[in-house]
Amino acid sequence: MSAEAELKQDVRKLVQNLIEDHGVDKTELIPILHEINSALGYISDEAIRELSEQMAIPTSHIYSVATFYRMLSTEPRGRHVIQFCESAPCHVAGGRLVWQKLQQELDLNKGETSKDEKWTLLTTSCLGVCGIGPVIVIDNDIYGNVTPEQVPVILSNYE
Amino acid sequence: MKTTRSMVLVSSDPESMAKGALEVFTALQHELIKRGLDDEISLSMVSDIHKKDFTPLVLVYPDAVIYGPVSPQDIPQIVEEHLYKGRVVAEKQVSPYELSGRIAWLSARKGTLPAENRIVLKNVGLIDPEDINEYIIQQGYEALGSVLKEITPDETINIIKNSGLRGRGGAGFPTGLKWQFVSGAQGEKKYVICNADESEPGTFKDRLVLEGDPHAIIEAMEIAAYAVGADEGFIYIRGEYGLAISRMKKAIKQARDYGLLGENIFGSGFSFKLHVHAGAGAYICGEETALIESIEGNRGEPRSRPPYPTTSGFMQKPTLVNNVETLANIPAIIRNGADWYKSIGTPSSPGTKVYTILGNVNVTGLIEVPMGITLREVISIYAKGMKNNTTFKLAQTGGSSGSIIPASLQDTPLDFDSFSKAGVSMGSGALLIANEETCVVDLAKVLLNFFRTESCGKCTPCRIGNQRSYHILSNIAEGVGSEQDLKDLQMISDQLYELSNCGLGQTAGSPLRDILNHFRAEVEAHVNLKVCPAGVCPMSGRPIYQAV
Repeated sequence: MSAEAELKQDVRKLVQNLIEDHGVDKTELIPILHEINSALGYISDEAIRELSEQMAIPTSHIYSVATFYRMLSTEPRGRHVIQFCESAPCHVAGGRLVWQKLQQELDLNKGETSKDEKWTLLTTSCLGVCGIGPVIVIDNDIYGNVTPEQVPVILSNYE
Repeated sequence: MKTTRSMVLVSSDPESMAKGALEVFTALQHELIKRGLDDEISLSMVSDIHKKDFTPLVLVYPDAVIYGPVSPQDIPQIVEEHLYKGRVVAEKQVSPYELSGRIAWLSARKGTLPAENRIVLKNVGLIDPEDINEYIIQQGYEALGSVLKEITPDETINIIKNSGLRGRGGAGFPTGLKWQFVSGAQGEKKYVICNADESEPGTFKDRLVLEGDPHAIIEAMEIAAYAVGADEGFIYIRGEYGLAISRMKKAIKQARDYGLLGENIFGSGFSFKLHVHAGAGAYICGEETALIESIEGNRGEPRSRPPYPTTSGFMQKPTLVNNVETLANIPAIIRNGADWYKSIGTPSSPGTKVYTILGNVNVTGLIEVPMGITLREVISIYAKGMKNNTTFKLAQTGGSSGSIIPASLQDTPLDFDSFSKAGVSMGSGALLIANEETCVVDLAKVLLNFFRTESCGKCTPCRIGNQRSYHILSNIAEGVGSEQDLKDLQMISDQLYELSNCGLGQTAGSPLRDILNHFRAEVEAHVNLKVCPAGVCPMSGRPIYQAV
């Protein structure tokens, strides 16, 4: 079996397992997309087609849902996803300088993935940890009270 | 601002000034220095006090004692007795009956230091949220038991109605009335939904309740379901709150194992099924009809209303949607009664409110205080003053969809009615305190960036209006704005309010309106003088966006 066909097989298996757990009711669509996103790192076209077939929901609907929510991605992302909170509480607490430093250190703009596929740099709205702004979240790790000087140190924790 | 033991305020509206407020202020200054109290007591003048007969007024915080009319001759006695010895000078006090508005309310509260009063957060940090037994020891599920065993659904609704509880999600709609609507709606199948999609920037009160006291929400939802005649419910928690989601799932399982959730609870014949639904990152899903769409597996786009969810909500069935903080009040109200609840807070907004304090202050975090506390009290008492002795410039209340209010409004009581009278939105209870290093154009830019990102795109005023106003603000911040831009911002703000389909669009223009109302001079300095007074904006002289 070719590598491509194998991948296709994997996606089919993943979707099948998820549907066994969740069922095919449309209210389960977003929870299932969540799980696909964390298993594959993003929601591939293959996964959308597979899901459409098995749940009997049009691909257009699944695609429209997958592109609506910030936590779901239809594009591949880097190994580590950095989310920088750009809402007002973090901004007032000095977030602007942290953001400048992040962009400079990674040499990335908002929404970009690095060439070596290590980093994806995203901005996000409030993450609900405003007591310790400015906040950045890398994968599932939350860093609070971040200063520009800490940015290189934090980034060096990731392989 | 330094942290001081007391604050003394002298009214400085035109009437007070005409009647010698300045002399009173000077006399106070002298007397405080003479007694060596000037280090521990701060003294300032405040305008905008709507009471003429007793001016000039002298207000002493945190005791909230109000003297008036005060003459310079009264000052030695007031300083000696009240500020030095701590005894209120009764004969100089203004009777609360002779005052009006917020001053009367403050005065009536004299002697009651606005201490924290925890109802919603009572168990948070006190019990192990992963152990149902700890919740049960704190009278947990007692309210549910008494409701199911002793009173009818209608009686339950009446208790909530009489308590005066108003929704804590932002709009302040009377909770009991909402319950009554759902209860009276046609249909066999009804739903109860807990709105835990807390996405308003600067707000994390619901997260602490979900993480710290999940059973309180389960109990409250069961009481609500019994009252309105529902047998199934959802807790919609925003996807970013991983810990809250897992704690809630665990709590539901425990409640089921104990027979406190599921079929025929307490042998009463009442059954309730509860699901946790995780969001996937969309601010708009906090809007109740968008939230319902999201649970149904769709894009989170708000529906046109009417019909309201109370008659046609989830799966077109009557649906009750209540915020986490609202629900967290329910078990305590049932246990202690409506009269107890009404004794806390203000007459029109009973109970407590949880606020998140953020920004350039010494202590940030969460407080739960009776409704009606003022911003000045929050900053000086709970936030321990401004950071690095900076000056308080503005507060952004209620998250992005709230209001930007200037320092001159800091004596407005934080309750639904006083706020709406002052044209301010209380919103979610976020209090972002900013000092003079904050530029209002820059702040508005950040807020409008938020709205243009989070607009669902369904209706045109919101989709285009937010984008366009962000562009205009960006150009103003580069020093290439014009007078016409200010007129355009005003127009967009009005149109957002009047033409948008849902609450997000309707409030998106409020930062624009607020900066033009309260900080016009600062905005005009950007436009006319090409200067950012706070030194924040880039002012490069090059436009970022071209008008189309």
